Formats: sequence, C-alpha cells, structure tokens
Amino acid sequence: MSEILLQIDGREVEARKGMTILEAAQSAGIFIPTLCHHEKLEAYGACRICTVEVEARGRKNLVAACVYPVEQNLVVRTRSEKIDRIRKMILELLLAHAPDAFALQDLAKEYGADKDRFEKEASFCIHCGLCVRYCAEVKKKNAVGFVDRGTRREISFIPEIASKECWNCKECFPLCPTEALQAAFVLTKALFSP
Amino acid sequence: MPRINSATELEELRKGILSKRDPNKPCIAICAGTGCLALGNDRVISAFEEEVKKQTLEAKVDIRATGCHGFCEKGPNIIIYPEEICYIEVTPEDVPEIVSQTVLGKEVIDRLIYTDPNTGEKAAHQSEIPFYKNQMRHLIGNNSKIDPKSIDEYLALGGYSALSKSLFEMSPEQVLEEIKKANLRGRGGGGFPAGLKWETARNAPGEEKYVIVNGHEGEPGAFMDRALFTGNPHSVLEGLIIGAYAIGSHQGFIYTRHDSPQLRNNIAVALTQAEEYGLLGENILGSGFNFNVEVHLDIGIFVSGESSALMRSIEGKNPEPRPKYIRTSVSGIWEKPSNLNNVETWANVPQIINRGSEWYTSIGTERSKGTKLISLSGNIVNTGVVEVPFGTTLREIVYDIGGGIPNGKKLKAVHFGGPMGGSIPESLLDTPLDFDELAKLGAPIGAGGMFVLDEDTNMVDVTRFFLNFLTNESCGKCVPCREGIRQMLKIVTNISEGKGREGDIELLEEISEVAGAASLCALGKTASDPLLSTLRYFRDEYEANIKEKKCRA
Repeated sequence: MSEILLQIDGREVEARKGMTILEAAQSAGIFIPTLCHHEKLEAYGACRICTVEVEARGRKNLVAACVYPVEQNLVVRTRSEKIDRIRKMILELLLAHAPDAFALQDLAKEYGADKDRFEKEASFCIHCGLCVRYCAEVKKKNAVGFVDRGTRREISFIPEIASKECWNCKECFPLCPTEALQAAFVLTKALFSP
Repeated sequence: MPRINSATELEELRKGILSKRDPNKPCIAICAGTGCLALGNDRVISAFEEEVKKQTLEAKVDIRATGCHGFCEKGPNIIIYPEEICYIEVTPEDVPEIVSQTVLGKEVIDRLIYTDPNTGEKAAHQSEIPFYKNQMRHLIGNNSKIDPKSIDEYLALGGYSALSKSLFEMSPEQVLEEIKKANLRGRGGGGFPAGLKWETARNAPGEEKYVIVNGHEGEPGAFMDRALFTGNPHSVLEGLIIGAYAIGSHQGFIYTRHDSPQLRNNIAVALTQAEEYGLLGENILGSGFNFNVEVHLDIGIFVSGESSALMRSIEGKNPEPRPKYIRTSVSGIWEKPSNLNNVETWANVPQIINRGSEWYTSIGTERSKGTKLISLSGNIVNTGVVEVPFGTTLREIVYDIGGGIPNGKKLKAVHFGGPMGGSIPESLLDTPLDFDELAKLGAPIGAGGMFVLDEDTNMVDVTRFFLNFLTNESCGKCVPCREGIRQMLKIVTNISEGKGREGDIELLEEISEVAGAASLCALGKTASDPLLSTLRYFRDEYEANIKEKKCRA
C-alpha cells in the first residue's frame, strides 16, 4: 500500500491510497463529526455534517470527508467560519425533526445551533439511512428501506421480510442517532397496521 | 436490407436512394411532433392518406409524417414540397382543398398561410415566416425533410457520411482533435467542453468504456431534445457512434423517457435499421470497429437526469446521485469510464466532422460555438422549438422569433434553465445567448428551456413554483438539499401569502448558501438559483410582500 502524505488542520498525516479524509483524520486522532457514517458500511455522504475544506492544486473546495479520497499533498481544514456555519445550519434543519436527539444536541452545543430555529415537524427520522444500509449491507435482508423521494422520503419496514427477520435481530435499533424507539415504532406500525 | 460493408458501398446505396427520388415530386410533410399530434394532426394525416387514395394519387404524391417542425404555436403544421409552402392550423376539412389546389394545382391557399399579426403581411414559405427566417436551423431543420422511421431518408440527406469519414479517413485522435478544436460545449446544462470530457474518458485506464446519450430532459418547459431525438434519431445515433470511435468505446447507452412512446418507438426503429445496414453492431461498415447500443428508460424522476444518478439507474439501482469526486468520465457505470453527453451535443458531432471545426467555430460567440436549441414558452406569441446561433440576443429571440408578448403586455423577465436556473429582467434583454454571459447574470442557459414572463408575473410565485417542484423531485438523500428546499419553500410560501416576516430574506440567503455549498449533487447545489436570481433582480417584490403583508405584483 502506497503511503500518501496530507495535511489536516496543519498536521502532517499519513494515509493509505483509497482512504477517505475521514478515515485519515480518525487514524490521526482528529475529530470530524458524522451522523450517517458507520465503519461497517459503505460511505454514504448524505448528512453532510462532515463537510470540510480541501485545497488541492491551488483550488479550494468544500467536500464531504466521509467520501472524499485522500490525495498526496491535500490540505484539509476541518473547522472554519464557513464550515461551522454549514454544520450549524444542518443541525438546525435536522433538529426540526428530532429536537430531543442526544447526538444532535451535543453537536448543537458545539456549533451554537438553535433547535427552535425552524418550525417543528417531529418525525424523529433524520434519514441517515443507517438502519436501511445496515440491514442491506451487513445483514443482507433488506427488511427496511426508503420509500418515496424528496421531502416525502421516509423509512419503512417491509412487512413480509420484517415479520420473519426483525424480532430476533433488531441490530439496527442501537444504530439510530435520534431515538432507538423510533425504529421500533416504525417496525411495529409496519407489522400491525400496514 | 442489404448490409453495407465499405464506405464505397455506403455511397452507392446513397446514390441508389437519390436516383429513385424525383425532386419535383410533391411531398406533403405533416408534423407528427407531440404538440401537433395533441392538436389532432393524426386526423390530418389520415385525411391526407384517404384523399390521396380517393384521387388515386399514391404514385404521384408522397405523404410524410415527420418530427416536430418547431412552430408549435400554429400547429397542426404542414409543409408542401418542393415549393416549401407552409400551412398552419390545418384541419382535416382543409385536406381535399390542399390536395387539389396546392399539391396538384400549385396554388397557395391564402387562408392557411401565416399572417403577421403586427403588419398583416402574409407569408407562404418557411423562408418568409419571421418565426423561421430569423433562426439558423442546422439541427432541427431536417425534421420536416425526413420520416424519422426511414433511415433511407436520413441517408438521402447525407446521413452517416460523417461516420464513414471518421472511420476511414480519420484516426480516433483526429476525430477527438476536431471536436476539441470546434469547442463543442455540452448542451445539457453545464456547458463543459465535450472534447475534454471525451479525452478524459479516452485516456482513463480500462478496456471497457461506455458512451451515453442523456435523453432524459426532465426540466419543466424543456421540449427541444425530444423534438430533435424523435424527429431525427439517426443524427443523434451517428454522433454517438463517432464519439464511441474517438473514445474507444464499444458499448453505448441511450437513457430516455418511459413516457414518450413515440420517442421510444422512433429510437427502436432507428437502432434496428442502423444495425441491419451494418452501421451499428460488429464490424461497422467493414471498418473493424464494433459498437452496440442499449436503450434504458427512466422511471419518471427528475433527478435521474443527473449524470451520476442516471448511471446508477442504468446499473439497475435507485437513481440517486453519488458524490463525483472522481469524474464519471473516469469512473461511471460499474466504475468504468463513462462519457455522457446530452442529445443535442451528440447531434452536433456529425456536422462538425462533415464541415470541419473551422466552419463550426465561425458560428457563435468567442466562447460559445454553433447553434443552440431553445424551447420557447410562457407569455410569448410564438411558442415552439427554436434554433439560433449563439450570440443572438435574447431580445431577438423574444421579439423577432417569438413575436413578442401576447395581449399587449410588457415583458418582465426571461427565465432560463428551469428549476435550477434564473431570471433575467427586461433591462438585460440585449444580452447575447452565451453560456458564460448568462451564467454571469445568474441565469445559466441550462438545457435551453426559456420561459418568457410578462408584467403580470409575480416573481415570488415563480420561485415558489420551482421550489415546490424540487421538494418533490429531489431524491431526498442529503440534508442540505432535502431539508434546505423544504424550509426555503415554507418561507417563500409565507412571503407570497403575505405572511412573511422581517429577516426572512436573510434566512433564505443563509439556507441557500449552505444548500449551495454542501449538497451532494448539482440539484441541491443549484436548487436555490431561481431564488437567488429573483432576489438579485426583484428583491423589492419580496420586500414589499413582507412589509405590506401582501403581494405587490
């Protein structure tokens, strides 16, 4: 494996080819917040909370650290006024749906996000897709999936699969960044009031 | 159909087709484009067939159901060759008279020709009608001259000579060089130089490479690609095969709409005919070059026209965009180099090869070359498909071609690029049609949908319309896009209903900054463009709505 040298927040970091910025940062003990990332799952790039600034060949760009591959001499900044502004807004947008989620509240404190900025539409789901992807990629059951698109997108268990697979598994429940009970609720709804 | 095995055989076939044709034989070209069919042109076509049969003229008169002529406003359209007499708003009742008076009697029927509503002047020929005569119809102009289901008619117009020239007289590198020199820029919206994209795909590692026609055209108000692709499918296919040769690809995909049966059918017929002639498949024209094409249909989602979502769709997955930190021309379908261009971009290729990059670059502006298809609609007298050279001013398009604003109203703005585009106020109407000039003004050309908006238009409502469209059409995967658009729509709706609050405009700007910077794909990144452009030019309308708690426009 060839070694790649990059700079994250002014520190020289060594990484292997094929790693993402997030993986390189984690290996060097540099924290980048994530909500939809899980080490067992393919990088997804949906929550965008891991947005960082990169500079390569003289060009600056904002990218998602969980999917952007490392390059030789890449310069990465994990905090800046603009990055903080983006993270604050993302948190405020999500807090409208899951105002009591601990994962969001902790980050909200760090970035000064106001949980009441947008009108509440409590669905508790922030569409991180961890349950959906874990079930598909790790368990290979596809018992839960996304339905519809745009602002109507939501997660839903497939009753025919879920009734056989889910009660003895429930491995996706603790993955939920907002509230484990949320998945239990959606699952119950799918099974008993389809 | 005989298989053609060399460039010479192709030319012989072409000669054979032309020798059987009498240029003086009358031909009635009836527009069977979507607009004219909706206006009942299928009945006009049947009426002509019956009338010709009744008068036993089958051997003396040709009837041709063609693709879109362009002048949708005045449909059903017909053109009578060889005189090129244009009749508009034709009904089945007019048919017997047209056959006896014009086709046989060579007389023009006054009531069926175009009358200029301003001057009262009559015009019988395409070359005299302002809508047509102010255009440069290099791509769409052939629509009325061919039956899209007949490859022979395309060959009669010189079709596939550019392919033959590429395969036998040029190396792939020379073809690539010619496209680069022509500075052909992508017509799908980005305006990215096609030659550079081709070169990236060509140089990308890997044996297996793909070329793709993006025929999705999901933008509201855009209908030029389907007019071209339905009316002249071989022009797109020929461009695609030439591109494949230059890039070194042996597999192409056409991604298009499931809901346009006529388009699907014409593409299927074109592919079959091209294959039978040996213009597609193994050992094309005996050159040793192999290339096959598969058609994939969308499932009716706007975002599946986004290049990475489109490629996932071809893989059989959900059409969700993926991050493009590695370009699709390097890693696209099944992680193979995949070169995607829009319908119109591909259709430009044969004429560049035939007539040369020098000819091509003589048309247009310094950085935008050739012609551009425009779907002209909204508050405009002449709705239709328009083709003009780059550099034509928006004023010329609106007034000289479009015939101005109906009902004596004043023009307020011109909107380009649909839900991810922007509006330009009347004061900037002398801006030339040019990728960079329009992008600078916050209204990138996009695919070429041009909405004309009159003085009664409320610009806050225009923004609301587009945001509403996008809340349904975003894939919903990433937060800044899904949630950002949701909140922007709420705020804009409040403003338009007189419920806006101080600080709303600033909040909109803040959300749009985050959506623009942090979204996963171009849909989210540009979702706020209509908002930003209307805030740039019509901020007072937002402010008035908020301050006066009502709508001023």
